[in-house]
Amino acid sequence: MSAEAVLDVDRADLAHPWPAPARRSRLAVSGRAIWVVLKREGIRFAADRLRVVTGLLQPILFLFVLGSGLGTLVKFGPHLNLRTFLYPGAAAMSVLFTALFSAGSVVWDREFGFLREMLVAPVSRTSLVVGKCLGGALVASTQGVLMIAIAGLANVPYDGVLMLTIFGELLLLALAVVSFGMLVAARIQQFQSFMAVTQMLVMPLFFLSGAMYPLSNLPAWMRVLTRIDPLTYAVDPIRRAVFEHLQVPPALRARLVPGISWDGWHVPLGLEIGVVAVMAALFMAIAALEFRKVD
Amino acid sequence: MPAAVSVRGLVKRYGEVEAVRGVEFDVAQGETFGFLGPNGAGKSTTIGMLCTLVRPSAGSATVAGYDVVRDRDDVRRSIGLVFQDPTLDSYLTAEQNLRFHAELYGVPRSAVARRLDQVLELVGLSDRRHDEVRGFSGGMKRRLEIARGLLHAPVVLFLDEPTVGLDPQTRRSIWAYIKSLQQAERTTIFMTTHYMDEAEYCDRIAIIDQGRIVALDTPEALKASIGEDRVEIRTDDDLAAIAALEERFGLKASTHEGLVSFSVANGAEFVPRLFAGLQVPIRSVAVSRPSLDDVFLSYTGRTIREAESAAPNEWMRRMAQRGMRR
Repeated sequence: MSAEAVLDVDRADLAHPWPAPARRSRLAVSGRAIWVVLKREGIRFAADRLRVVTGLLQPILFLFVLGSGLGTLVKFGPHLNLRTFLYPGAAAMSVLFTALFSAGSVVWDREFGFLREMLVAPVSRTSLVVGKCLGGALVASTQGVLMIAIAGLANVPYDGVLMLTIFGELLLLALAVVSFGMLVAARIQQFQSFMAVTQMLVMPLFFLSGAMYPLSNLPAWMRVLTRIDPLTYAVDPIRRAVFEHLQVPPALRARLVPGISWDGWHVPLGLEIGVVAVMAALFMAIAALEFRKVD
Repeated sequence: MPAAVSVRGLVKRYGEVEAVRGVEFDVAQGETFGFLGPNGAGKSTTIGMLCTLVRPSAGSATVAGYDVVRDRDDVRRSIGLVFQDPTLDSYLTAEQNLRFHAELYGVPRSAVARRLDQVLELVGLSDRRHDEVRGFSGGMKRRLEIARGLLHAPVVLFLDEPTVGLDPQTRRSIWAYIKSLQQAERTTIFMTTHYMDEAEYCDRIAIIDQGRIVALDTPEALKASIGEDRVEIRTDDDLAAIAALEERFGLKASTHEGLVSFSVANGAEFVPRLFAGLQVPIRSVAVSRPSLDDVFLSYTGRTIREAESAAPNEWMRRMAQRGMRR
């Protein structure tokens, strides 16, 4: 039997195939766990090309069909078309749905048993959750890279700084969304339920985020809701960045990209990004706590 | 040598129900120890407590010298686990599954490649290492899980119903692999089963029923403890044979369907004496040893089949779950 081959190895060596490691720091153990969970997300994503294509379809429809169709109604003059205005929203949407799907994979893992392999390992639940969130965010932001690649089709200029800025902002958004998805997934047993619950939560968030319309001149109730929606704080910085690199008359720009104000106070860019970062950290922390309770 | 597993007064209550009611035993290093009992007897709950997945309500247990409640991560590092239901990522290759495990269990990087070769060789999957697991048969998946359980060189390998749901031939081959790896690695194996015939592979068996250990010994001793071998003979003159057995050997025999049958302490040694002393022509002799089924029956007063049908709810729930997953 094949055991023979193993028996050739020094027997003393077999009882302990490697010297007992000195007690490693928790940080090193967690680091390795985070890395391997993240890596698995990458391997799974790379093997699944269909997901890349389907993930792109929705934002492209949104950008070119909706953008071109409604573009016949909405005229901004010679300097700007609707597609350019919608581009930041479409990019956010693409990352949003991919990120949710990535988070949902943990429910698949549960259904197919692999989650158990992770949960029984001698590593902290936090490191598993952090690995899953980072992995999902990276996967989702590759979707962002594709959106950046097609930016020219929406008349968004290919500018190095602009592209890096958009990527960074999309990555942060992805991290927040994956973490949110993870905290929802902690208590859900079936993938269908996960999709149902997240769609129910995410569609209103998306429609209220200003992805499809400017934040100026809104009715009062909508004005309040858009300010509460965390997604608003992810879309606005991207739109600001895009308009920085366009030649648009100041009056038009003020109407289309008014920024976010809290009761008349203009929220600076750094704070907008800070809101998203805090959300990401908060969701991830809650997700880690939730997964501690999972058997 | 300290015990690989040591259990004292272990209890698990779920609300009003006591699933495990104070079990005690030790498992020596290198031993293959079996937990035998019907579904719902408390086997999986006990294994769950030893693997730190279920928190005991009372009592204590150590695995590889570590307390299952206090030193949870140390216990987890010292054990390998193969569950009833598969826990592989079927979209990863065999090797990717193993590498994932090696990272989570902190196998030193320099040792990973060689260890991977070893365990794959051990379960006969070296040539399939780069194939995605979803193409594997049930038996191959189970072997890969066993390889993975061994990867980090655990002190104890826990196998919870390792062959459930597999066909008899595959079950036998899985057992051949388990026995060979045990020789190669000298790992302590702790397993549960409700197949009586599989318990024969164990060095010692604990019979568990309704949350209690009702017997604990080697398979041989357990069989011997309930007694005697069954001997069946075919003779030319049954009535004369029965009379002669009574007269010369003091044995009570009876006849069913043309066979004279009786019980005797050591059947194999008795047969030559029977031929020498009976003086009635014998056409054929059959000696059968008591089976573990008989052992279970004698300790619990019911067969394992009866015991399982007595707890149908739990059993059906689990079958339903399993059906949904596959």
